Amino acid sequence: MADLKTTVFHDLHRELGAKMVPFAGYDMPVQYPMGVLKEHLHTRSDAGLFDVSHMGQVILRPRSGRVEDAALALESLVPVDVLGLPPGRQRYAMFTNDAGGIEDDLMVANRGDHLFVVVNASRKEVDVAHMQARLSDRVEVVPVTDRALLALQGPKAEAALEALVPGVQAMTFMDVAVLPWKGVDLWISRSGYTGEDGYEISVPNADAVAFARALLAQPGVAPIGLGARDSLRLEAGMCLYGHDIDEATSPVEANLTWAIQKARRSGGARAGGFPGAGRILGELTNGAPRRRVGLRPEGRAPMREGTVIFAGPEGGQPIGTITSGGFGPSIEGPMAMAYLPSNLTEGATVWAEVRGKRLPAVIAPMPFQPTSYKR
Amino acid sequence: MVMKYTEEHEWLRVDGDVVVVGITEHAAEQLGDVVFVELPEVETQVAKGDDCAVIESVKAASDILAPIDGEIVAINEKLVDNPALVNEDPLGAAWFFKMKVDDLSVLDSYMDEDAYKDLIG
Repeated sequence: MADLKTTVFHDLHRELGAKMVPFAGYDMPVQYPMGVLKEHLHTRSDAGLFDVSHMGQVILRPRSGRVEDAALALESLVPVDVLGLPPGRQRYAMFTNDAGGIEDDLMVANRGDHLFVVVNASRKEVDVAHMQARLSDRVEVVPVTDRALLALQGPKAEAALEALVPGVQAMTFMDVAVLPWKGVDLWISRSGYTGEDGYEISVPNADAVAFARALLAQPGVAPIGLGARDSLRLEAGMCLYGHDIDEATSPVEANLTWAIQKARRSGGARAGGFPGAGRILGELTNGAPRRRVGLRPEGRAPMREGTVIFAGPEGGQPIGTITSGGFGPSIEGPMAMAYLPSNLTEGATVWAEVRGKRLPAVIAPMPFQPTSYKR
Repeated sequence: MVMKYTEEHEWLRVDGDVVVVGITEHAAEQLGDVVFVELPEVETQVAKGDDCAVIESVKAASDILAPIDGEIVAINEKLVDNPALVNEDPLGAAWFFKMKVDDLSVLDSYMDEDAYKDLIG
């Protein structure tokens, strides 16, 4: 435990009664006294405040001074239209590898004269090294180490943040803005990892705890741990890197084709030109043999990560594996994601082996819980 | 009624000629919100240490082991319909099953309340 890193909120977590666990090399709150289930429901009914400071914040500053050059440089690493991303907007992307797999997923924002990316905690060193190695001729890759990151999610997030930072109300889903709080610049995006409306807010370390306390003092805002963060994102059908997507899964297999805009597809203005383009463009045209799908178990028993799936109630070879699974507090039942052969479509029944017994589950659309973004 | 405790954080209560089995408050708290309970079938013969029930919280799945040799004579169906009862009333309404055992004296080897409190600190 001695080697675990901490975020600037470590003392605050303890003060709030958090149960701390190691996560991606950090000592992080898995839950507060409210407990995972109530924290989950509170985020959907009110607002939840999450410490996500373990994630990697990185600035990509174009050496030419033109943000278009940073966008074009980053496009060499992601199958995403970054050049077409207007100033003040953010979009989802993924770093691909030469085999067409996913090295990490990330958010990229156009901040006018530079790009700002947020990457997963477990991958940030790898991602920064990757960007430095591949982009440094055109872009200065600057890890942001003096800022914390908070997510404020749920129907009461807007009122809570607007009370402290006038102007956030006018933002829509995936907008980014720099707005002041007590003279401090906050880097704000209207986005999150719960399926709810909400914001992600980068705040200087020096001001972070005071800002978090000010948010917690707003009506309906409660601290939420990683446990509920996981069940919230799973209900929202979102991937967790290292589980639902990894080096071996392609964006097409992962059902993330919506994140690959026309400009980067075959026939597009800047088709290909990212690692693994051969496989990924081929799969966009011809389909992939397996796909990430949602599963709703028919009974109440949760089906966890690693559970093996079969086509029938007995015999046969495994056809796939669950990559995330658990209980959805808002949908009041179990839910899972799995990779299954693409010929199996929504409504098909498959069988998951749980404690030696095959239990039925139906391929279901995701998100499991409707999202409520402010478009 | 005498309560006994196992190192697996189960409680055992002698009720006439049967032993009622549940999990302790400490166990329920450690597990977190319970969302699924699977119980053995009535009339199942179990040996000490057998997996005989499953309890799943939002975090993970755990097995409930048979604390002694015997026969399952009753199960608490309410837990299947309302797993949250395990968190609400672990020592009372949320009993898991009742067992018929040949020799109640085997319970003597289990911890009493003071010894269990020492175990969980």
